[in-house]
Amino acid sequence: MAKVPVQFTLNGSETAEFIDSGSTLLHALRDKIGDTSPKGGCHQGTCGACSVIIDGELRLSCLTLAENCNGTAITTTSGLSEGGVLHPLQRAFLDAFASQCGFCTPGMIMAAKVLLDHTPNPSRDEVVQALSGNICRCTGYEPIIQAVLLAARANSQNAA
Amino acid sequence: MALALQTFSTLKDANAALQSAGTRYLGGGTLVVRAANEGDVSVTGLVRSTEPSLSTIDVSDGKARIGASVTMAAVARHAELGFLAGAARAVGGPAVRNMATVGGNLFAPTPYGDFAVALLALDATVTTEDGETPIDAFLAHRDVSRAIVTSVGFSVPQDGFRFLKVSRVKPKGVSVLSIAALVERAADGTIASARIALGCMADRPMRAKAAEMALVGANLTKEGIAPALAVATESTSPATDPIASAWYRNEVLPVHLGRLLLS
Repeated sequence: MAKVPVQFTLNGSETAEFIDSGSTLLHALRDKIGDTSPKGGCHQGTCGACSVIIDGELRLSCLTLAENCNGTAITTTSGLSEGGVLHPLQRAFLDAFASQCGFCTPGMIMAAKVLLDHTPNPSRDEVVQALSGNICRCTGYEPIIQAVLLAARANSQNAA
Repeated sequence: MALALQTFSTLKDANAALQSAGTRYLGGGTLVVRAANEGDVSVTGLVRSTEPSLSTIDVSDGKARIGASVTMAAVARHAELGFLAGAARAVGGPAVRNMATVGGNLFAPTPYGDFAVALLALDATVTTEDGETPIDAFLAHRDVSRAIVTSVGFSVPQDGFRFLKVSRVKPKGVSVLSIAALVERAADGTIASARIALGCMADRPMRAKAAEMALVGANLTKEGIAPALAVATESTSPATDPIASAWYRNEVLPVHLGRLLLS
């Protein structure tokens, strides 16, 4: 299998790697680059555990080919904390007990981040819609929804 | 196993590469990469094109042209395609809508392909390098189609377009069925013409032709549409799958069609 170069910005850092042509971004991130925050759940586009943000848009890294990401800016959950301080969404997920097994959490946080980036004060329904592509088998969703609303409130208080 | 991807700047070169056995066209990846991840060994290579016209939407003089690589999210947020936003948002969750393309949806197997149901009701034409094909004929022969779909086109309806997706899981679930209807009314309020497309009622989107004929000349009332609802399941052959049984789909189709027409 021919190797192809891929180069993109991952969580603010220039990243380059040689991969097998046709490899998914999920494979490149986890197995080549070492960012294991996106999770391989269903590999079918159903569970959302592999969600990442590419150029500001939520995408499924299990269905995205890495070589189609050349020149893009990719954000994963592992890039959210700064200087050891958790991102407000990560803090809110802790405070609202929104993680149990934690497998869905990175994807949930990516979906929530895209929502809050565009809609800083979302309604509950907007949160539900934004998370609708992400499956959680532990929490029953309500703590996750509350965590996103909590993060939105924390953001607006910090901005005030 | 990773599949080698070939990227071409022109459609001509991409079409030529697609003639090799086992190659599939890569749109948003929600069908083809999914199939590869699932172990579909019939896929041996991927082809894509970066031709810019594949990603543009043009709406002018009452006609719309949507490039095949346009995503569901782009359709949903397009100001002049507001009537289609509901059908575009019916596809997947936010991440899938950022990836899934209009062209790909034409090939989505049941129970997927809700957007193609809307296009069928709109009497869209599907464009490939071989020319334009009515969507009915395109869907009938999609399994043997080897030419890259470049765009879909249709007349923008003034009003009378309705779309409904029925799913058990809210807000996002796989279809029990979906219905798109384009109903034109005469000056006296009766139905002048109706085009009704159904999703999940066969192995691909289909027309409810008996119901369409029964609606012509009818009033858009509960009594007026009753004859159409009585024949709504004519020629259907829905699947039994984890979402619903064939029996259930046939039972609830007239109920949902009635609600959609009277909404």
